[in-house]
Amino acid sequence: MAVVSQVVTPEVVTKRQPTGALIRRALQLRRTQIGLGLVLVILAIAIIGPHIAPHGGNDFVGTPNSLKVPGALFGTDHIGQDVWSRFLHGGLTILVLGIAVGLVAAYSRNVLDDILMRAMDVILAFPQIMLALVAIATVGPNPVTIILAVGLTTMPRVARVTRGASQPVVERDFVAAAEAIGVPRFRILLSEIFPNVLSPLLVEASLRLTYAIGVIAALAFLGFTTNPGAADWGLMIQENYIALTVQPWGVVLPVAAIALLTVGTGLIGDGIARAAAGIDRVRGAA
Amino acid sequence: MLDRPGPTGGPAKTGGIWLFIVRRILQGLLVLVLVSIVVFAATQALPGDPARAILGRGATPASLAALREQLHLNRPVVEQYVTWAVGLIHGDAGRSFAAQEPVSKLLGDRVINTAFLLLCSGLISIPLSILIGSYAALWRDRPFDVATSLITLVFAALPEFVVGVALVVLFSTTVFHILPAITLIPPGGRPWEQPVAIILPTLTLVLAVTPYVVRIMRASMVEVLESDYVEMARLKGLPERLVLRRHALPNALGPTFQVIAINLAYLAGGVIVVEYIFNYAGIGGALRDAVANRDIPVVQALAMAIASLYVVLNLLADIATILVTPRLRTRL
Repeated sequence: MAVVSQVVTPEVVTKRQPTGALIRRALQLRRTQIGLGLVLVILAIAIIGPHIAPHGGNDFVGTPNSLKVPGALFGTDHIGQDVWSRFLHGGLTILVLGIAVGLVAAYSRNVLDDILMRAMDVILAFPQIMLALVAIATVGPNPVTIILAVGLTTMPRVARVTRGASQPVVERDFVAAAEAIGVPRFRILLSEIFPNVLSPLLVEASLRLTYAIGVIAALAFLGFTTNPGAADWGLMIQENYIALTVQPWGVVLPVAAIALLTVGTGLIGDGIARAAAGIDRVRGAA
Repeated sequence: MLDRPGPTGGPAKTGGIWLFIVRRILQGLLVLVLVSIVVFAATQALPGDPARAILGRGATPASLAALREQLHLNRPVVEQYVTWAVGLIHGDAGRSFAAQEPVSKLLGDRVINTAFLLLCSGLISIPLSILIGSYAALWRDRPFDVATSLITLVFAALPEFVVGVALVVLFSTTVFHILPAITLIPPGGRPWEQPVAIILPTLTLVLAVTPYVVRIMRASMVEVLESDYVEMARLKGLPERLVLRRHALPNALGPTFQVIAINLAYLAGGVIVVEYIFNYAGIGGALRDAVANRDIPVVQALAMAIASLYVVLNLLADIATILVTPRLRTRL
């Protein structure tokens, strides 16, 4: 899951593609459907889970690391909490953090784009997780730190794609025409250029989302979570990892959930990319 | 390789390549200086008092003052940075707070261990992904290609700790019990003395990197196979093996080296999580512990080490790209 977005090709932006049509075409692909299904299942678990969990996220239900506790479907974890309930409670953190990261990245992309292009190359010289760790070492693992660290390190990658995709569009006649009739600059950006770079942007956004989820979960797995003690899938893996031999469920459930979520967003991203590049259209026509 | 004639008939200008390499090294050094400023700013110059953050709420004024003195916190920021950076150049990265030892002594062995792990992963994943990518392109849209495409897509999406934990569940603790779940390297020992114990960490890193390189290699190879010169070579009646080896592969490798470098450098971040999973005594695991202990000098030194690795790998990739791309070589 590195900084690659090999699917974005220049010819993507030269055809104008209404977003609605792009998403509709992406949804016709089997992989997008499967991806969407996976993501929806995990979202449902994250949102509905806390309400249907048989126990609270921090309730003591029986002997620690036991598989045979009445009422605990998947047994108990390292301090005797119900694994299934904790799993159902744990999805929300990742969801909320993921969305917040997306907002930070999206917002700062517009504000900082040109000025910071050089500084971004420097940020790109770091593995993303390392920058987040450096920030955590300094200010501690609070939600704002994690969101800003992951969001701001995601931003340069998105910004790069936006810039690359915008450059050929800026050269085109309709932009020159808009300039000639005196359309204000920000309106040109919003209504002429932005719609034309939307498809590579969507592809990049879904790639980045997949990766941001991975980084957030990895940080929790390393023990740096926003709220120690609270249920959180990454943290659950870390807590129960030591007892893996006797009680695998505490690790397997959250690992499977994170895996399905990232594979789901990955499949959606690939579906959008294929629809945007017209790969399957070409093959269908041939 | 350098004195092979270029496509224009004349010998490639070797001086151009050396100039290019020197320029790229200077650029790399510049990036490292900028990175060191970022690392320094992020760890020491942020609002708040690092001394208090390190010692916690119960610190006495005397111990706070002593630590500030030790960290040179009472001096101007620029002077702090220069002291730190000059020390770093001389191989003196300060003293670890937690271990009360010089950082360089603490990390020396770990750097070697991590380098070995990365080397193993690279040596396996690079040829493997070039091979798989090429065959996927060659057998485009056939079952092998479709299967590879889906498998790489799935593995590319999985965070490496998910892959690592899944491998442990599969091979060590729950399904099979054939490989050790942790890599124990005794103090003074070397990872290559325990080949069985490094299988799983290496496999995790290979699975994390290979998908990207396979995808790029395939895309690049597909493009090359459709090019005029491959068509020409085939029409000349060259055997398909020769067409692939002499005409298609070298040209497809150019863009791939860039991606390999980015991904190997990305491994430098991936090892943090992987070493933590397998309790592997490398710099990644050390970074995690240093962050947990707020051991700022160690965090700074490790951040610089990982960033340097990143820069060096990118440099090597640029040089390799130039070497396999005759067009670029003669343009220098």
